[in-house]
Amino acid sequence: MTDDVDRNRRHFLTVATAVTGGAGLIAAAIPFVASMKPSARAQALGAPVEVPIGMLEPGEMIRVMWRGKLVYVLRRTEEMLSRLATVTDYLRDPGSEEIEQQPGFAVNEYRSLKPEFLVIEGSCTHLGCAPLPEFQVGPAEDWEGGFFCPCHGSRFDLAGRVYKGVPAPTNLRVPPYRFLREDLIMIGAEAGTA
Amino acid sequence: MARVESEVGTRSGAFMKWIDDRFPFTETMRYHVTEYYASKNFNWWYIFGVLAMVVLVIQILTGIFLTMNYKPSATDAFASVEYIMRDVQWGWLIRYMHSTGASFFFIVVYLHMFRAMLYGSYQKPRELIWIIGMMIFFALFAEAFAGYLLPWGQMSYWGAQVIISLAGAIPFVGDALVEWIRGDYAISDITLNRFFAFHVILIPLALAGLVFLHIVALHHVGSNNPDGIEIKKNKGPDGVPLDGIAFHPYHTTKDLVGIVVFLMLFSGVVFFAPDMGGYFLEHANFEPANMMATPEHIAPVWYFTPFYAILRAVPDKLWGAILMAGSVLLPAFLPWLDRSRVKSIRYRGWIYKMALTLFAISFVTLGWLGLQPAEGVYVMLARIFSVVYFAFFLLMPYYTTIDKTKPVPDRVVYHG
Repeated sequence: MTDDVDRNRRHFLTVATAVTGGAGLIAAAIPFVASMKPSARAQALGAPVEVPIGMLEPGEMIRVMWRGKLVYVLRRTEEMLSRLATVTDYLRDPGSEEIEQQPGFAVNEYRSLKPEFLVIEGSCTHLGCAPLPEFQVGPAEDWEGGFFCPCHGSRFDLAGRVYKGVPAPTNLRVPPYRFLREDLIMIGAEAGTA
Repeated sequence: MARVESEVGTRSGAFMKWIDDRFPFTETMRYHVTEYYASKNFNWWYIFGVLAMVVLVIQILTGIFLTMNYKPSATDAFASVEYIMRDVQWGWLIRYMHSTGASFFFIVVYLHMFRAMLYGSYQKPRELIWIIGMMIFFALFAEAFAGYLLPWGQMSYWGAQVIISLAGAIPFVGDALVEWIRGDYAISDITLNRFFAFHVILIPLALAGLVFLHIVALHHVGSNNPDGIEIKKNKGPDGVPLDGIAFHPYHTTKDLVGIVVFLMLFSGVVFFAPDMGGYFLEHANFEPANMMATPEHIAPVWYFTPFYAILRAVPDKLWGAILMAGSVLLPAFLPWLDRSRVKSIRYRGWIYKMALTLFAISFVTLGWLGLQPAEGVYVMLARIFSVVYFAFFLLMPYYTTIDKTKPVPDRVVYHG
């Protein structure tokens, strides 16, 4: 027996205890952190929804819910589609190229599968308010109709493309969807097959 | 104290000795209350710390009784609040005390913080008191925000939508973080349920702990005073600061008067103007949450509006969020931004007096602007006053260095 303390051994034991305990704490924290992610029920309720669109008149818009989010389905008229080309100078990302806000199938001038039908999330990319449909032209010089967010004044055109100089940074999101029939779409289904 | 010692031998004295042998009761009372010496020349600015404690007690008591009838679920929450208001005996009073208490909490805390800025209470050696105080302030923000979702009205829902989305501005992890906070793909029953847990367990526990630390730190270094003098530098032969008087019974008696006046004002609002014309309880919140329609005009409750105005003044999502967070965090750095050797405004030069006045004006104006729609001249004004707000903090190391200060007396001074 000796009274000499082996300091290296003490130090090693202290560090080993702290590291083991720390690892245990992190492991124990995982279930708690994960319990705050969407539950199985929340995920199930977030399943795709079918939306009949046969009754939509040209120029008419409906609001549906998918994953607790508002989705706008707008049947655009030929005249509305023609306005899309006239506003591109005022837009931040007219070609939908800068930031991915849509599935690949919607990277086109209409941001949709079929030009006529716009399917878009009604959630402002600034802070999530629901933009209001304001489809008439004017009175502002650059306003060719589109969506206006009442919260902080963000503006989007008839394809949900964001104007320059507004707080919203990106175009409105296009959710994944596909046509099941001519008059029926499924929102939330990944494949964008027509 | 002498009185306690003379009582040893009596029955109550013997009882106290029994306690003190097992728990430091008399010692603690002396250290924190009967022999805690604070400056004689406190003015009315020094009432707000005590008042903040009073409001905290009001909020905890009324909150406990509200949870007895409130239901944290998306289908029942709005109706259960109406049930409290109409069917629970005296429920309306308890709920109005709680909602009014929230606004008064911020009135009292903002004035408490302004007092610290007037008299340099955050300066050395009180930096930690100030930092802990700022943490209390952040906790209070979180508490108020979580509480505002609970009635599940239109403004609850959309206000939470806006603020939670702010976290989405963080690059890369933003969206995942937002989903984790909500626990769903949108604000839902799940979000409401967890915000209830935050509001009644997590944050109140943190608040209680932080308030304890705030007071322990304060009593360790001692209270500041309107002259910004360290009273411990001038002690009498008995070791008691010459400019200090015991917290109890002197300051407590004086504080009692302040508390009575405060409760009169508080009751006035509770009984005669509980919604304060839409400022304490927003009118849109008397409508149940509707996720299909955003209210025409979203404004947070008044105590968030100065920072909200800064958020809206920036035409960019990420920078707006960064500047808003910055405007909330910057005051925490005051002890190091302020280079003046003088604490109290009484002995500072005209530059600091002007800067502090401009800061107060910009804070109040931003608060008003945050309630207005985000358009035209309002946005322009918000930008101007945001610059003033940030300039106050960021230029402080410079202007407090060149400011001409007056000599500080050795002993405290009385005014009127």
